[in-house]
Amino acid sequence: MRYLPLTDADRSAMLATIGAASVDDLFVDVPAGARLSGPVAGLPLHQSEMAVERHMRALSKKNLAAADAAFFCGAGAYRHHVPATVDHIIQRGEFLTAYTPYQPEIAQGTLQMLFEFQSQVARLYGCAVANASMYDGSTACWEAIAMAGRVTRRSRAVLSGGLHPHYVETARTMAKFTGDCIADALPTLDGTPDTAALVARIDDETACVVVQYPDILGRLPDLAAIAEAAHARGALLIAVNTEPVALGACQSPGELGADIVVGEGQALGVGLQFGGPYLGLFAVRDVRHVRQMPGRLCGETVDADGKRGFVLTLSTREQHIRREKATSNICTNSGLCALAFSIHLTLLGEKGLRALAAENHRLACLAADRLAKVPGVRVLNDAFFNEFTVLLGQDARAVVRKLADRKVLAGVSLGRLYPAHEALHEGLVVAFTETTSEEDIETLASALQEVLA
Amino acid sequence: MNAPNKSGWKPAMTEGGTADGPATVTGNRALMLEEPLIFEIGTTGTTGVDLPEPQESATRLGSFVRKDEIGLPGLSEPETVRHYTRLSRQNYAIDLGLFPLGSCTMKHNPRLNEKVARMPGFLDVHPLQPVDTVRGALEVVNELAHWLIELTGMHGVAMTPKAGAHGELCGILCIRAALEARGDAREVILVPESAHGTNPATAAFAGYRVEDIPATKEGRVDLEALKARLGPDVAAVMITNPNTCGLFERDMKAISDAVHAAGAFVYCDGANFNAIVGKVRPGDLGVDAMHINLHKTFSTPHGGGGPGSGPVVLSEALAPFGPLPFTARMADGTVQLVEEENAAEHDHARAFGRMSAFHGQMGMFTRALTYILSHGADGLKQVAEDAVLNANYILRSLEDVLDAPFGPSGPCMHEALFSDKGFADGFSTLDLAKALIDEGYHPMTMYFPLVVHGAMLVEPTETESKAGIDQFVAALRSVAERARAGDESLKTAPHFAPRRRLDETLAARKPVLAFDGPCTPGGTPQLSEQGGS
Repeated sequence: MRYLPLTDADRSAMLATIGAASVDDLFVDVPAGARLSGPVAGLPLHQSEMAVERHMRALSKKNLAAADAAFFCGAGAYRHHVPATVDHIIQRGEFLTAYTPYQPEIAQGTLQMLFEFQSQVARLYGCAVANASMYDGSTACWEAIAMAGRVTRRSRAVLSGGLHPHYVETARTMAKFTGDCIADALPTLDGTPDTAALVARIDDETACVVVQYPDILGRLPDLAAIAEAAHARGALLIAVNTEPVALGACQSPGELGADIVVGEGQALGVGLQFGGPYLGLFAVRDVRHVRQMPGRLCGETVDADGKRGFVLTLSTREQHIRREKATSNICTNSGLCALAFSIHLTLLGEKGLRALAAENHRLACLAADRLAKVPGVRVLNDAFFNEFTVLLGQDARAVVRKLADRKVLAGVSLGRLYPAHEALHEGLVVAFTETTSEEDIETLASALQEVLA
Repeated sequence: MNAPNKSGWKPAMTEGGTADGPATVTGNRALMLEEPLIFEIGTTGTTGVDLPEPQESATRLGSFVRKDEIGLPGLSEPETVRHYTRLSRQNYAIDLGLFPLGSCTMKHNPRLNEKVARMPGFLDVHPLQPVDTVRGALEVVNELAHWLIELTGMHGVAMTPKAGAHGELCGILCIRAALEARGDAREVILVPESAHGTNPATAAFAGYRVEDIPATKEGRVDLEALKARLGPDVAAVMITNPNTCGLFERDMKAISDAVHAAGAFVYCDGANFNAIVGKVRPGDLGVDAMHINLHKTFSTPHGGGGPGSGPVVLSEALAPFGPLPFTARMADGTVQLVEEENAAEHDHARAFGRMSAFHGQMGMFTRALTYILSHGADGLKQVAEDAVLNANYILRSLEDVLDAPFGPSGPCMHEALFSDKGFADGFSTLDLAKALIDEGYHPMTMYFPLVVHGAMLVEPTETESKAGIDQFVAALRSVAERARAGDESLKTAPHFAPRRRLDETLAARKPVLAFDGPCTPGGTPQLSEQGGS
């Protein structure tokens, strides 16, 4: 077997050193009744690289890859062009096959990268400090809610209707077990999110208000006004961003007053991957909140010679030290995805990110103007970045299915996201990135026109 | 003179250099290269990506147009490649050598897995595409789920948890949901002292009080003490098997029977499943829930700290409470995605909720499935046997120079546990570990499990050759002898790594968690200059 270096001669020699007659003697503590008598049911014997690749390729071909379709899906996961450099570097064994940098003298590569990543995320979010990443946006969002509870010593979270429904469901699930109160809401099909209605839900028990920016319908909520209202009640504002490219064109949540900014970093460097692994981003505007943060943090220090170096730090917050008193049970972060994000953002730089954001926005504006001309289609949003909602006057799920047959992946229907809420079912969320061609937009518009006719 | 590197460190310019040779102007030592931060070498006006110049046009961003500079440095493509390549060379990795971190299972990461994960049908599909366009992806999830169930002898599996600790949480939440469904409020979870820190952290998060279970002198759970503590307030027992002392819990079945008789559930931490994969099915031992770290047993890369993946296999009693979404194979052989919308149709209305957005770590599923099919039934069994053989070989090759607290009681499983007993006064496990770095190895897990003083937990895995292990044993023997003899040079190790010992106290006392200097400007075009809406 190609992954096992020991030969039978090695095994015999090693057993002799150990003083065991056979390898079975090493399993002596496993009661006979607990040992599997034969091979695992149905699992074939080992296979060559070629045979396994053939099997997996056949499965891969049963999927319609985005590159083979006109593609407009977003709603929390975005398709961007990832420069070839990114995937090349993250496959270097020194990054790919390293462990968590617990031995900093021989992990400076990972540690310096994490320090750079934290610095990039903090700047992008308009915050003081970002951590070394979380599992994904949805879990980062819940961790932020839990953190707000620790900071304010309150346990009610007010969720805006514009928060991704999977994020809402994740928070509701976790809160069921922690005893926190999640006050969630459905989105309403308005062109601009209703700030007054959200603010009215904040009370003196509220630990945090959670607002997605841009929101699930692609709209831009008035974070500054919400922050002011939250702060007046002693609550924190948690801003959730699922499309970091938007922050190349839009003001950062931190500068608009958000106290904790979390999000999904997948759009830069990571790829779609059918939903995972993704990259949770987590940052705080006020450095005084650092000790309540979950997850790993990398910090700067010096070595015994006085050279600058980096270490994981403030680990007294974490489970391996604090056990049941930790700020979170999180152990693993999303290191390699953080590396991919950081490389992509380094390649872009400020100039590239702004140009990328501008190109995304230009294409979305073009699409909004074009789709508005399709009979039966109404563009909902007053403002948007690269994603907006169209109303089709009929259940968008059926439209999406029909368009998929024409190799048009038309977007994410609100029926898919909110199956129980019929009033939303005419909505379709469509996203446009630099990977969208003007021809793709025309394809979408004409296909919609035919299907809706 | 100033060093051209920006680490703030200047090479000592003593006349004629040092014992290691002359000082260098750059601070570099041949292939050991200093590398500044991107913020010190990049500018806001540099980019390594060709994009259209932003056009003058009205925006639809409302009042949210970004006005200020972000301060993000950019590098050209060649500079980017060089920056990260240079950083990579400061890392230890499995690709460079044996990585004996106990409990972490640092095994070889096959490159076929990487190739498969990048097939367009897996890499370039959106999680919310219509189900008919992702049948192959759903089949991967379902096929892997099937083999995980078969390998563990369980009834179901929750595939969505994103890492081991997330899987633990999922398992404990299933247990809580099952208890609540029968109207049985219980408050306590019992955890052995030797448990991973995530176990008590998880139990506490899920709202339980954590109590320790004592261990026997042999390093195993004290069955009688456990039985005495069981009662109507105990929700579950969290056990790691093989345990963190590297030993198989011989009484596992008796433990499970006692726990079940008391109306509680058995959670098994599957971090050490690598030792028994293909040989023992935890379901046969009465386990109700166990997470599987795909990045340990099933060879998906650790990536410098994730991403992991932690599917949780579930017993018949717990499976109905598993989270959404999941996949189900239908009578006609097709695989269906079960979400909130259709959970009731699939007899899964009691799902406790959702662990995260989307469907779990697909990129890890493709890799793990590729690995399982590559090894097959015979290969996986050999994995467990070789992993255990290698660990016992290390245990017996070193027990004359390193104290093995549980060595006399019999063989270990996949990892060998040593203590610092016998080191000269003032010499610690940390000193030995840092000296091992100079020998070209990543140290073993240190000071864990907590039940052994100065613990050193060595897990070689099955992907090491005998010659490689022999060299590692010789290196470890040498540093152990130096620790016993009180060799002062251990105290200042490592001497040859990219960095000497780092000041962790300083890092914690005066945290510097982000670069706070300016980024060199470079005439960045701004959307706000275009007029706005």
